[in-house]
This record gives sequence, structure tokens and C-alpha cells, in this order.
Amino acid sequence: MPLSSLAGESAPISVPLLVHCQNLSKNFNGKPAVAGLDLDIPPRICFGLLGPNGAGKTTTLRMLLGQSPRSGGTLEIFGEDIELNRRQIRQRTGIVPQADNLDPDFTVEENLRMYGSYFRLPTSEMDRRIPQLLDMVELSARAADRIDTLSGGLKRRLTLARALVNEPEFLVLDEPTTGLDPQARHMIWSLLHRMKRNGKTILLTTHYMEEAERLCDQLMIIDNGTLLAQDSPTGLIRKYCESDVLEIRGDISKEIVGRLPPSCRTEHAGESLYIYSNHAKPLRELAQGLPDTACLHRQSGLEDVFLRLTGRELRG
Amino acid sequence: MKPNSLPMLRIEALTIWRRNALVWRRLMGASVLLHFGEPLIYLLGLGYGLGRFVGEMAGMPYFTFLASGFIAWSAMNVASMESMWSVYTRMVPQQTYEAILATPAEVDDIVIGELLWCATKSLFSGSAILAVAALLGAVNDWTALFALPVIFLTGFCFAAPGLIITALARGYEYFNFYMTLAMTPMFILCGVFYPITTLPAPMQSVVQFLPLTHAVQIIRPIVVGEPVTNLGLHLGTLGLFGLVTAWVATILIRRRLIQ
Repeated sequence: MPLSSLAGESAPISVPLLVHCQNLSKNFNGKPAVAGLDLDIPPRICFGLLGPNGAGKTTTLRMLLGQSPRSGGTLEIFGEDIELNRRQIRQRTGIVPQADNLDPDFTVEENLRMYGSYFRLPTSEMDRRIPQLLDMVELSARAADRIDTLSGGLKRRLTLARALVNEPEFLVLDEPTTGLDPQARHMIWSLLHRMKRNGKTILLTTHYMEEAERLCDQLMIIDNGTLLAQDSPTGLIRKYCESDVLEIRGDISKEIVGRLPPSCRTEHAGESLYIYSNHAKPLRELAQGLPDTACLHRQSGLEDVFLRLTGRELRG
Repeated sequence: MKPNSLPMLRIEALTIWRRNALVWRRLMGASVLLHFGEPLIYLLGLGYGLGRFVGEMAGMPYFTFLASGFIAWSAMNVASMESMWSVYTRMVPQQTYEAILATPAEVDDIVIGELLWCATKSLFSGSAILAVAALLGAVNDWTALFALPVIFLTGFCFAAPGLIITALARGYEYFNFYMTLAMTPMFILCGVFYPITTLPAPMQSVVQFLPLTHAVQIIRPIVVGEPVTNLGLHLGTLGLFGLVTAWVATILIRRRLIQ
């Protein structure tokens, strides 16, 4: 079993990795979707998998869940090979898929009961857990309602509750807040914080850098099925981006290019010019001569790192 | 699990069966009406209407002949419908299987559970027609109840090819091909309306290869209280057909769901 030392040199307490993949690969009709990914997730952290559309995030998750056989490499969860012990691993895993697949033939509460029955939970256990779960996602009042009467945010909360019905140690979420309004998104975030406090290990994919920054301890950015970068959110920003950015929109950007301080790095995207620098002062001075509506000086963030690593062109 | 291995039989299949049974229970009122209503209209319309002109067929009143054939046909029909339209609905638009596959249940459990459920629905429907036939005096003996397990088997055997079509289908319109090219010919040719011995000899050989023929050959004599001839041959053919198609269906559904 692979070991990783989390406690540093002085007190080497080894914790078994929850997920351990080496050279993980997946081809669809000869085309690589995931090409040699090494992925290690220690327990009790929130791990974010970032990447543009088609980068291989969902394929990676599906392989981790045993819903898609790998084409190559090794893949262990809880120290067990997913191909050999799929059922035992799923017994300890909770999954929130990208698309809602709640059972429309049942009510809110029945959805949880039915899902529990696939885990063969005894009725007494469900009687205990399900009211707690409904209460946690604030759906107790809707327990007897049909699925098609729920809004997108409520459905997502129910899907999260459903993923917790087997009291999993490992929670996997594929774009958990895509398409939700800010209120619903904040509710999901606070639930996930609570999960983490309760000692669960979380793996999520997201397109929202704010979400990744708020929730994740470790981030991995992938594209074309390969690793681009991996670190903590602040580590990524420090490593891959200057501290300050000046965004300039419109025609003015053309005039500016000529009189930039030499230490600056620039990027064009559409009508906008991005000027990156580790020094705030020259950017501030530049901004002072420009109308407020045409420029924005800010600290760089994860989104800048993401765009720098994966490029600014649009994805399918 | 190898991609082409035989389906695994596990208790989890019953949780899939139970899911469908619970949904069905909710819609039972409408279901029961359909199960009783449709055959009642067929039987009254054809059995009495046509029966007045036909009189007897194969040594029994035409109504009795038709009722016993309808039981077999209905087992085929109900299992086919369920294994195509309903299973496709659960598989594609509802993504119910995707959700189930995130739990310890496996593809094989889904396939076996669905096959058992389709057979169960055939049993409901066959029993309903049997009850209607009995009420209208077409059944003489309680031994007709021995037809029930055969009805279940018939449902299972027709659910499996239905699942094959579903595994290959890219939309509901695919099922119309199977209806027109497989189910309708069997409905007309396999001895539901008349004994197959009245067909021209080459046709008789052809219909021997159609599974509904064998289902009718077992169910009719049991329902009307006559001895079944060549029971082993008919059961064996039906069973073999069901097992082989169930195996193929399992392989294809695995391929469809696990990519």
C-alpha cells in the first residue's frame, strides 16, 4: 500500500492514500481522453480537479468510480483495485453526478429510501438516517413532494443527501454547483465544508475558480488528459502567476502596449489586454491615466493561472 | 467481470425488481384496467363476434381457443413493451441506471432484475386474461393455474430479445422495427388465431423456429385442460431461446452502460 507522510520530517506519521493512481489512461476508439495521469489523494482533504471542457475530468471520475474501465495504469481506492473490488469501494463512496439522475417515479424521501435499498441498508438504519439527511439539506418540508416539483438547487441538495445515504468516507462530486443560483451555491459550499469537518475526503470537479479556491486544499489542473499543474490554490497562484493584473478593455489597449514597463507580461483575449506584473505600482500608475470603465487593477487569482495554463481559446 | 461472461445472479437484482414493482403499485389502478380491459375487448370482439361464424376450432369453442392463445400472446406483448419502452426510458432519459451503478449494484443486477420484472408483468397480464376467460366459461379446471409459471417463463423469454433491441436502440423509433418485423408476424403466424397445422407445410417449418409457437403449444392445452404434447421440446426451445438472448442482452447492456 502506498504511503504518504503528511506530518513532516520530525514526526513521520504515515497515512495511507485514499486514492492512488499511476499512469492512469483511457482511450475512446483509439483517441486518448486521459493520458497517463498520476493522482494521489490523501484522506480528509478536499481535492479539486480543474480543466476546460473535454480535458478528461469526467472520464477520470468515471474511472475512479468503476463506471468506466481504464485502458492502462493502476488505480487504487482505499488501497483496493477498483476493477477487483468495485462493490466494496462503492459501498464506502458517495457520488454526486453532473447531470441530475434522481428517480422521477418517486418522492423526495422515497428517492433516498430507494437509493439506500441499492446499498441494502436495513429499514431501521434508513429510518434513522433519512430524516437527518433531509434535515441537513433543509428538505424535510418537501419529503413527500415529487421530484419534478423541485428547483435545480433543491434537486442538487437532494442528490447530495442521496450520496450520503450510505455514510461514505469518500465523496465525489462532478461540477456540484453548475447552473445553480448564488444562494444555492453557497448552501452547497457550506454543506461541503461541513462534510470536510466531519472527516470525509472530497474530490470535486468544477469550472468555478472561486469554488475551487474556497473549498479545495489541493488542486490539479489537467488538459487533454494530462497534468498541467498541481498545488494548493495559493501555491498555484504564487507559482504560475504574477501578483497583480491590469485588465484593459477596448481600443485604448493598442495605445498602451507601446509604453509598458519592461517587467510586465501581456496577454490578449478578444478586445481585452491583460498586463501582469509582480509590482503593483507601475500598473497603478498606468491605470491612473485611463478612464475607470476601461480598466481594472486587481490581484491575480486562480482564474488567471487557469487561463494561462490552459490557454484562452474556446473549448467545445 | 469479463465483458462476455455469463450474467451474474445476485440478490441485488431483486432490489431493481422491487423498484419497478413499487412504481407499478402506484399506477396499479390504470395498469389493472389495461390488463383486464384490452384482452376483454379482444376476447369479446373476436371470440364472440368471429366465434359465431367459426364455431369450433381444433375441437374446442373458438372463444376458448382464442383466449388460451391470447394468454401466450399477451405474455410476449407485455414483456416486450416493458423491456423496450420502459427500460429505455429508465436507461436513457431518466438515467436511472447511471444512478444505480454508483451503488454496489451492478449491470448484471439491473439486467436480471429487469428481466424478472418484465416476466412478472407478463404474469399479471396473463393471469388477468385467464381470470376473464374463466369468468366467461372458457376454463374448465383449476389445473389451468399450471399455466402461470409458463406465462412467467414466456415473459422472461421475450423480455430478453426486447432488452437486446433496447441496448442497441438510439431512440424509441427503433422499437417499431422490432414490433413490425418480429412481434406482429408472431402474433399472426404462431397459432394464436388458428392451429399452425393449417399453414402451408413450408410455413409450418418456419414457425417452428419462432418462440411464440412453443409458448402457445404449452399454454393452450394447460388452459383448456388437455394433455401437453412434446412438453420437453417446447419448454426446451423456449428456455434455450430465453437463456441465449438473456446472455446476449447482458453483454450488450454492459457495453452500453460501462464505457
